[in-house]
Amino acid sequence: MHRRRVQRPQEGIVSSKTFFATAGMGRKVQGHALVAKDGFSARYDLDRARGVFARPEHKLAGESYVGRVLVLDAAKGGVATAWMLHEMTARGIVPAALVLNAVNPTMVQGAALADFTMISGFDLDITQAIPNGVMVEVDPTGARVLIRIVD
Amino acid sequence: MKLTDEERALRNGEFGPAAQWAIEHQIKVGDYLGAGDFVPVTQAHIMADTESLGVAGVEWLERMASLPAAERRVRIPTITDPRGTDFAAADRLKHQPWMLDLERRAIAAFEAFGVLMTNTCINYQTIMPPVRGEHVAYGDTGVVIYSNSVCGARSNFEGGPSALSAGLTGRTPRYGYHLDARRTATLVVNVGWTPRELNDWGALGGIVGRLAGDYWQVPVLTGIERVPGSDEMKHFGAALASYGSVALFHIAGVTPEAQRLDDVIAPGRSLPTHDVGEADIRAFARSYAQAGKIDLVVFSAPQLSLVEMAQVAGLLDGRRAAIPLLVITSPQVKPDADRMGLTARIEAAGGIVLSGMCFYQSYAREMAEANGWKRLATNSAKLVNIIGGYGYQPALMSMEACIDAACSDRRKAS
Repeated sequence: MHRRRVQRPQEGIVSSKTFFATAGMGRKVQGHALVAKDGFSARYDLDRARGVFARPEHKLAGESYVGRVLVLDAAKGGVATAWMLHEMTARGIVPAALVLNAVNPTMVQGAALADFTMISGFDLDITQAIPNGVMVEVDPTGARVLIRIVD
Repeated sequence: MKLTDEERALRNGEFGPAAQWAIEHQIKVGDYLGAGDFVPVTQAHIMADTESLGVAGVEWLERMASLPAAERRVRIPTITDPRGTDFAAADRLKHQPWMLDLERRAIAAFEAFGVLMTNTCINYQTIMPPVRGEHVAYGDTGVVIYSNSVCGARSNFEGGPSALSAGLTGRTPRYGYHLDARRTATLVVNVGWTPRELNDWGALGGIVGRLAGDYWQVPVLTGIERVPGSDEMKHFGAALASYGSVALFHIAGVTPEAQRLDDVIAPGRSLPTHDVGEADIRAFARSYAQAGKIDLVVFSAPQLSLVEMAQVAGLLDGRRAAIPLLVITSPQVKPDADRMGLTARIEAAGGIVLSGMCFYQSYAREMAEANGWKRLATNSAKLVNIIGGYGYQPALMSMEACIDAACSDRRKAS
């Protein structure tokens, strides 16, 4: 859903390691989390040829995103991400999944075209709940969409 | 989502595989975003430069475009955002043959769909502005925010695949800014100083965008002391959409849905309120200012109106640019600029007039590497926000200061 559903905390978090989202699409994936309280836009933030965050002001500037589960705050920027996720996926220089507090339509449209794994909408700030670097599983396929810390 | 008989037929492939793919894509997006049904739209606007599409995206378009003509045509007027080059000036920008080849292939594919290659992000100034209450499926965020806020039309950000889908099906999922409930304000910004220059309007947009924070926020501004012109609204909205991913704003007493502040604030609702003054706008610009030599000046993002073209020409009269000075407009404005002598005046001063492209959508990283460009001056806050990620060091300045930076000569006494 585009807005966070009002939900009592105990309904959204069944353990300290599993966090439920309100919407998701794509396949179940695992990867190491790359976490920041910052936004995401493929056009604004990435050097897609090198697979790194490139915008100097971004909190992940210089970090490789390839194969990582990106846990970020909100979708930012323009509409280019709708094509770029598809292009990044075709070349294999792509994150494993996107986990966002808030999406915009562009991000959803891009994930739909690319068959890319994305989940969003939590009862807490997901960037504060997932430690950077931990192995996580993102599962948008079950009855409840979730991200789970594996190790 | 609830589907009509026609939508079920589209989904069953009775209108061909392109429309079938399109409505499946739209249902996937609509389900994610909570749409209950579809809404018919009258126009679509597709952002699809080849830097975004890549080879994979162009091949995807070509596969769809190879369907029989009757199975691939758009149903409603469908237009395009700027392309990735201006073919007439590609060598001056050092665009490579592979970029031009990819552009030609994408254009051929879109033409096969029956898309009108308008190649503009200022269609609300030049093509067919939407009217209040009109549901449309627009791409470029600057187009969406202007159409929603200034025209009172109704659109979400429709990325390229979704805008093409809307063209093919004539509808879009009904969520977000197609709904009355989403169009009320979520924050109030009291503006203590009404900007004068376009870069200041852009800076105000950037500040409000940062305050808003995400797509679902709708700022309403108070304190604006006069009705801003179309170019001022254009720069304000483009920056607000860029910094905040915001798709709709109101200005109390100015924009059509907010003739009174109370028109856009739900009864009894208390909203977060912020104050923004001249000092904030100056500080915003200073955060991008830099010492040292400027490598190039760019007027773009959004493309320039005819009025802006005349302003640039006037400021350049009798002067000479010592560094690249790119002035980028739409294919609709360019012939008028040619006819009225504006292009000749700008180019006589060493400027390069480009049309049908936008700087950041035109292989900006590759242009930087090929031309040795790094320090860029512009009056576009939107461009400043984007271009850092492409390896540039941007400065936000007034149009006049940008031209002073480009010209090595002293300003002629008036």
